[in-house]
Amino acid sequence: MLLIPCPWCGPRDEVEFGYGGQAHVAHPADPDALDDAAWADYLFMRDNPRGDFAERWYHAAGCRRWFNVVRSTETHEVRHSYPPGAPPPRSRP
Amino acid sequence: MTSMRLPQGGAVDRDAVVAFRFDDTTLHGFAGDSLASALLANGVDVVAPSPLLGRPRGVMAAGVEEPGAFVEVTEPYFDAIAPATTVELVEGLAARARAGVGRLPMAGDRAGPSSEHRNVHVETLVVGAGRTGLRAAAAASGGGDRVMVVDEGFALRADVRQAAAALSDAPDATVLLRATALGVYDDGYVVVHERARPRERVWHVRARRVVLATGAHERPIVFRDNDLPGVMLASAARAYVERFGVLPGRRAVVFTNNDSAYGCAATLRAAGAEVVAIVDCRPAASAPADGIPVLAGWTVTAAQGASRVARVRVTDGASERDLDADLVAVSGGWNPVVGLWRALGGGLRYDEDRSCFVPGPPGPPWIEVVGRAGGDVPAAAPLWFVPADDLSRHFVDLQRDATVADIAEALDAGLRSAEHVKRYTYIGTSIDQGRTSGVVAAEVVNQLLGSGPGAQGPTNARPPYTPVSFATLAGRARGRLFDPARTTPIHRWHVEHGAVFENVGQWKRPWYFPRPGDDMEAAVARECLAVRTGAGIMDASTLGKVEVVGPDAAEFLDRMYTNKMSSLAVGSIRYGMMLGVDGMVLDDGVAMRLGEDRFLFTTTTGGAARVLDHCEEWLQTEWPHLRAYCTSVTEQWATVAVAGPRARAVLAALGTDIDLSVEAFPWMTFREGNVAGIPARVARVSFSGELAFEVNVAGWHGLPLWEAAMEAGRAEGLTPYGTETMHVLRAEKGYVIVGQDTDGTVTPHDLGMSWIVSTKKGDFVGRRSLRRPDTARRDRRHLVGLLPDDPQTLLPEGAQLVAEEDGSAPPVAMVGHVTSSYRSPSLGRTFALALVDGGRELTGRTLYAPLPEGTIAATVTEPVFYDPEGARRDG
Amino acid sequence: MTELWRAAEPKRSYDVVIVGGGGHGLATAYYLARDHGITDVAVLEKGWLAGGNMARNTTIIRSNYLWDESAAIYEHSLKLWEGLGADLDFDIQFSQRGVLNLAHDLGDVRSSLRRVNANRLNAVDAEWLTAEEVADFCPIVDVSHDVRYPVLGATLQRRGGIARHDRVAWGYARAADRLGVDIVEHCEVTGFDVREGRVRGVETTSGTIAAGAIALAAAGHTSVLAARAGLRLPLQSHPLQALVSVLLEPVLGCVVMSNAVHVYVSQADKGELVMGAGIDAYNSYAQRGSFHVIEHQLAAAIELFPVFRHAKLLRTWGGIVDVCPDASPIIGPTPIEGLYVNCGWGTGGFKATPGSGHVYAETIAKGAPSPLAEPFGLERFTTGALIDEHGAAAVAH
Repeated sequence: MLLIPCPWCGPRDEVEFGYGGQAHVAHPADPDALDDAAWADYLFMRDNPRGDFAERWYHAAGCRRWFNVVRSTETHEVRHSYPPGAPPPRSRP
Repeated sequence: MTSMRLPQGGAVDRDAVVAFRFDDTTLHGFAGDSLASALLANGVDVVAPSPLLGRPRGVMAAGVEEPGAFVEVTEPYFDAIAPATTVELVEGLAARARAGVGRLPMAGDRAGPSSEHRNVHVETLVVGAGRTGLRAAAAASGGGDRVMVVDEGFALRADVRQAAAALSDAPDATVLLRATALGVYDDGYVVVHERARPRERVWHVRARRVVLATGAHERPIVFRDNDLPGVMLASAARAYVERFGVLPGRRAVVFTNNDSAYGCAATLRAAGAEVVAIVDCRPAASAPADGIPVLAGWTVTAAQGASRVARVRVTDGASERDLDADLVAVSGGWNPVVGLWRALGGGLRYDEDRSCFVPGPPGPPWIEVVGRAGGDVPAAAPLWFVPADDLSRHFVDLQRDATVADIAEALDAGLRSAEHVKRYTYIGTSIDQGRTSGVVAAEVVNQLLGSGPGAQGPTNARPPYTPVSFATLAGRARGRLFDPARTTPIHRWHVEHGAVFENVGQWKRPWYFPRPGDDMEAAVARECLAVRTGAGIMDASTLGKVEVVGPDAAEFLDRMYTNKMSSLAVGSIRYGMMLGVDGMVLDDGVAMRLGEDRFLFTTTTGGAARVLDHCEEWLQTEWPHLRAYCTSVTEQWATVAVAGPRARAVLAALGTDIDLSVEAFPWMTFREGNVAGIPARVARVSFSGELAFEVNVAGWHGLPLWEAAMEAGRAEGLTPYGTETMHVLRAEKGYVIVGQDTDGTVTPHDLGMSWIVSTKKGDFVGRRSLRRPDTARRDRRHLVGLLPDDPQTLLPEGAQLVAEEDGSAPPVAMVGHVTSSYRSPSLGRTFALALVDGGRELTGRTLYAPLPEGTIAATVTEPVFYDPEGARRDG
Repeated sequence: MTELWRAAEPKRSYDVVIVGGGGHGLATAYYLARDHGITDVAVLEKGWLAGGNMARNTTIIRSNYLWDESAAIYEHSLKLWEGLGADLDFDIQFSQRGVLNLAHDLGDVRSSLRRVNANRLNAVDAEWLTAEEVADFCPIVDVSHDVRYPVLGATLQRRGGIARHDRVAWGYARAADRLGVDIVEHCEVTGFDVREGRVRGVETTSGTIAAGAIALAAAGHTSVLAARAGLRLPLQSHPLQALVSVLLEPVLGCVVMSNAVHVYVSQADKGELVMGAGIDAYNSYAQRGSFHVIEHQLAAAIELFPVFRHAKLLRTWGGIVDVCPDASPIIGPTPIEGLYVNCGWGTGGFKATPGSGHVYAETIAKGAPSPLAEPFGLERFTTGALIDEHGAAAVAH
């Protein structure tokens, strides 16, 4: 049961949240400008690093807000939590 | 059997005699006994046979590390299998021997053990209520922490009772006994099992800091027939004297590679046992023996006896001696209890002086391992097993009857990793997960491979720390509470009127309403005809409903739906479809424009949460600048659909201030007013093709409205209908059900619904994906109608279709499958919907459904079977 | 006794280097040697052999998949399973005890029948059982109507079953070793030598090893390895947990699976109930999941099998599964010449072990996808021709 720090509600149990995978993958502004390979890349390719990963969570059973978390996929330690739209923090806290 | 109970001593309550049964014999012990101590006190040597070889096994340990004395508890509670050392003696306890294998009762109470789950937050959780643990707890408590101390035992040791009592008096401090920390998880989450009776408890503890004061387990030294009853861990022998006032043997040999067993020898002698010798493998034994003979540099090579140790063979390498003894108290050194530390990747290092693995970096910063668990254990010589020519009765893991010879065989087979050896011999896979055998097995491997002590460590023990019943961990999530069923405000009426229900998502929906003598077919036929010829009424409250509010609500919906919603007039309704970003149909429903900046859209019953999440995801993460806000209103509204040519008459009879005329209230609009005196929003939408009014009222008005409608509709023969009839009627019209006629691989074009995909508005979710080469193929699977050649033959839903009826043996190429299939009372025949490869080009062709009971031929048609002109929707 | 496999020291060069000494990697090596005469092969394993998902799975074997492409490769695999003990001359404890997939609502029934009918036409054995027939086949399943998710029926594949995972790996290792394959344990691949669009070797903790072809078979770690070669794959790695009970007298003679209630369970010959849980939602390489998943799993198990209420949980653990967007694997060449991938088996890789190894070996030997592997190429993500075993579960209503 991870402890996920919602930027608005504070740290809450994982079961309150939905998981949204990699953060900062924006929907292409002009999808028609993309060829099929580039569109497939947007649809299906996501980073899958061992280590720190900027990912999206959704406080489904709380404030219902999406936000981003930098978490280690190796140790599960959460390093940062920040609202959508904010740039990913670069350094460890 | 003679009593081995000492006249005095121990922490048992000698005034509280406890009667219990073991294998149908009634025996007596004292409150404070474990079942094991009570059995020893009664002179029971053999507790249970070994699992594979059937060898007699007695009590070897005094705690959870017990590898042999397994029992099933049948009274006053049931426990399929547990070591007798962990079973607290309570009045009426009944237990019987189990050979390491449990038995599930096939009859009896359905409920089984009941448990509750509790959540608690503390700053400091201490596992282990020994001296070290309580000291850490007291310090934390003194510093203002909320503190919880858990200990697996059912009694505190005498020397810590005062400290525990003092701690319990502190605010926000709890000491829980019979409470085992099953596992330590991320972010300070610890699961604790409290063996409370009659209701067990599982604590979900969130701690800022976890102190593991879990102590150490003594391990044996392996010699021939070291599994005989009477061979006991030295610390256990001492515990039986000191904690339980039981003498575990009258003539003892103490066999050790470390100093700690000398205390055991002294205790045994003080309690009246004769200690024949301390056999110490170290040539220069260092501890004072207080007059007890010490055979330094000697080892025990074998225990001898039938069902209990009678003699012990010892050797100094040159000569051998047999010692008369009924107890071998053995100490092979101490293993810090590190399973909880290991669970989160905590490191281990080998300590050469102590001949054991102690916790070391890395590890989570919020876990501290203290005391003996942290490595503060006596120094010990590296002796794991006593060499012999025949190692086939040198037992390493008693629970698996696995020996040093078995390990040697695994190594002969070329296996070199302790993990492989575990999997070859099964050592460490039974109930104690290798507490007494794990390190020994690894070191036997190291020794036989010549790689030196500590080269490989033991395999990991995994959570839970000790076994716990499934029911305990399930907690209250059983039966009705496993996954709560959702019901509508009108549900009670359906139950009272004999509805048969189906599960749709989490909802219970009336499937059909049989009358006396009706089977399902008869009921559905009657309900269908009522809607087609008179009037039917359905509870549509389960449809998901979402309100979207804000200046950009229309723009937002334009981006979510395939068709345009911004052009919808206030007061009007439009059908809409949403796609996943992959272009596949996600959900459908209708959108009503309540105002310039306000919409309400519906979703499928099972899709409501998914669709709302989908909307929120796009709104918040892609278009946070859009001023639109989504709110689920599914349960705020009850929806009663009245459908059929007489629907208008029913509504009129109900009484309404809404002008129901076609002119004033056209199809795909809604009006607000009163129905039966209840404020209502009435929508002219139809999922059956008939004139229909969906009356939406506040949830609490749902049942009164329904009952009023049933009353008012009596003259019109108003007939309640369920989901099956709804499905038949919609299929007659060729309306799809997302999730039945689609499966996540179907586009709107596949469904023949290209009209719903706008080409004139901007981008919407999934649009670009429709252009991918495979997604844009013209010969994809299309939704078509199917009419079985025999109009009374019903194609089974899920039937696969082939192009030729040549009866060739599989594999046969399939060209599609049946998604929906019904008997239509209106058509007087059966019909079906199907997804067929290039199906829209195949109209008029015959396809075949090969089934075990025979092949069904059917003709491909348009997917609309009834009133294709839509002439009936206005009544 | 002769040893199962030699502890090989890696040579400086091989025709084929297989990265990952799990079931799929070992099977690939074996079939390369047996069927294609390619014996200059090394299997590099970073830990102990078959210590990843091979040692952590619930060993269910079946081939009753919906789509033609899936059914073909899994049925190919099942046929290989049926001869594998004899083929390897090694007892893999393969037991065809039957696999039940329970249906709990009308949607389940519909999609189950669709799958049964598709299986039959694909020459995969499949039967539909009514609830009463389920009770006859597996008496401890609760088929009463008044439970939250009643059993409305089940599909049965009688040829499905279980095998002893360790022995499968050892059997392949032994047979491959005998054909000359070098099995190298405790040798981690740390990098790839890629020049001019072609892979030429691997960097390892035991030095550089040149190779004509390099075949990844690293399950949950594939993304990390592929990234070292400069290759992105549509994979996400998640924890998947499983558990066993204490040893119990026999109560369950078949394999029972339920998607709706999230249970899959069998009873091993030793006596423990072996059960898989649902996948944990988040990405992870930690080989552990969250405990609420286990609690939910046990609650679900008791709903289906009331007799399990007194069963006791002995061990839980986690593996790392690599999941594709369409829940189907990726097998084939990559944009980097000489580099092959076989990954994305998600929660179902064990059953595919022989078939996966067999088609992967053929793909590597020919330098082009084998017919059975072809639909599982990377191209499908661009064209949209997914093999969507996820979507076909038909979750909406």
